[in-house]
Amino acid sequence: MSSIGTGYDLSASQFSPDGRVFQVEYAQKAIENSGTAVGLRGKDGVVFAVEKLVTSKLYEPGANRRLFSVDRHVGLSIAGLLADARQLVETARTEASNYRGEYGTNVPIQYLTDRVAMYMHAYTLYSAVRPFGCSLMLGTYDKDAGPAMYMIDPSGVYNGYLGCAIGKAKQAAKTEMEKIKFNEMSCQELLKEAAKIIYTVHDSVKDKSFELELSWVGEHTGGVHQKVPADVHQAAEAYAKAALEEDSDSDLDES
Amino acid sequence: MADWLTAEHSTGTSLVAAEFDGGVVIGADSRTTTGAYVANRVTDKLTRLSDQIYCCRSGSAADTQAIADIAAYHLEFQEIETGQPPLVNVAAKVVQDICYNYRDQMSAGMIIGGWDVRKGGQVYAIPIGGMIVRQAIAIGGSGSSYIYGFVDAQFKEGMQKEDCVEFVKKCLGLAISRDGSSGGVIRVVLQEHRKYPDMVKQ
Repeated sequence: MSSIGTGYDLSASQFSPDGRVFQVEYAQKAIENSGTAVGLRGKDGVVFAVEKLVTSKLYEPGANRRLFSVDRHVGLSIAGLLADARQLVETARTEASNYRGEYGTNVPIQYLTDRVAMYMHAYTLYSAVRPFGCSLMLGTYDKDAGPAMYMIDPSGVYNGYLGCAIGKAKQAAKTEMEKIKFNEMSCQELLKEAAKIIYTVHDSVKDKSFELELSWVGEHTGGVHQKVPADVHQAAEAYAKAALEEDSDSDLDES
Repeated sequence: MADWLTAEHSTGTSLVAAEFDGGVVIGADSRTTTGAYVANRVTDKLTRLSDQIYCCRSGSAADTQAIADIAAYHLEFQEIETGQPPLVNVAAKVVQDICYNYRDQMSAGMIIGGWDVRKGGQVYAIPIGGMIVRQAIAIGGSGSSYIYGFVDAQFKEGMQKEDCVEFVKKCLGLAISRDGSSGGVIRVVLQEHRKYPDMVKQ
């Protein structure tokens, strides 16, 4: 056996003497290998941006998407192991569909998040399974209740957020978010910021190419989660690149 | 043996539910019959589903009581789970599901009336068979046949509360006077906007 580890990390159902569950912590580590995803909640909706790392030039453009619609009104973005996350998307979609079948209305986001979080938590309790190696961000907009965004982590803990980042450069992305006034900004404004954050935190030395994925749900989409239209996408991407150029120029001036 | 001994308890009924500006008024007579025998002359056919949602029952008393009990259970459960009072359209959907799934075994004509933050006062009619439709005014039960003309001619959308209550009472009075299976007293429930503490914001 390898020299690391204390023997308390072999099962998801075992505590270490100081009260930690190592398998869950390893799952959280797994997320940090994946491209960054950010979610920003503004006054009139939620926007998602994902840095989808492209590991091979042989993939079709748009392969292995990391932004999903769970229901018409709920968007979901993921970081971590894609295959694990897809299973959770399936679970979330089933929950949303069941709720609609039973009550004839959109599933409330808090309820949906809670159900998916319970499902994830169950995978931290048994020795025969491993926790999900991914985090999820769920976002929605409702005419009456306004925008909402939640993030679930592999332990099954979830929280509501104004701005959230998961994946490789989550710390850097959160730093970038500090100056954003979430409650005053519209989806159009936040989309540009989200694109800029992804471009800013992207490490072009370690990770060569990436695709920017953008989606939103808000008042302007009629509460429907959808991919950002191509022209808006290009504009946001251009804004992000221009902002980066400007930053690097000013760096040169200072030096 | 006389047929009133063996016949099913049934709410040969007059029901009226109307939306007004800011809420709903629902009303019913109070007669329960077993064949030609009046089994109860002070029945309450306006049954609570949640604090802000009531239903009017017509058809088999046993069937509609069971439906109301089950629907009320589901709505209470949902209220605990989501931390918010149930919506009227959700309540109507829950009732409709039961009415539709058991349409061959049961005889139930329901009208759901209530108030919620989303759409204000709402009335949903669920006739026998399990259809559902939202209406500004719905009438039901055997007595309703006699007052369609009156309702069509006299009902106005967006009435004041007091006028709406009077209108519902007038409808029921007319229905009761013509329908032998309706009678007793007129019962009325008024649901309108009330201040509730802001619970978990979504």
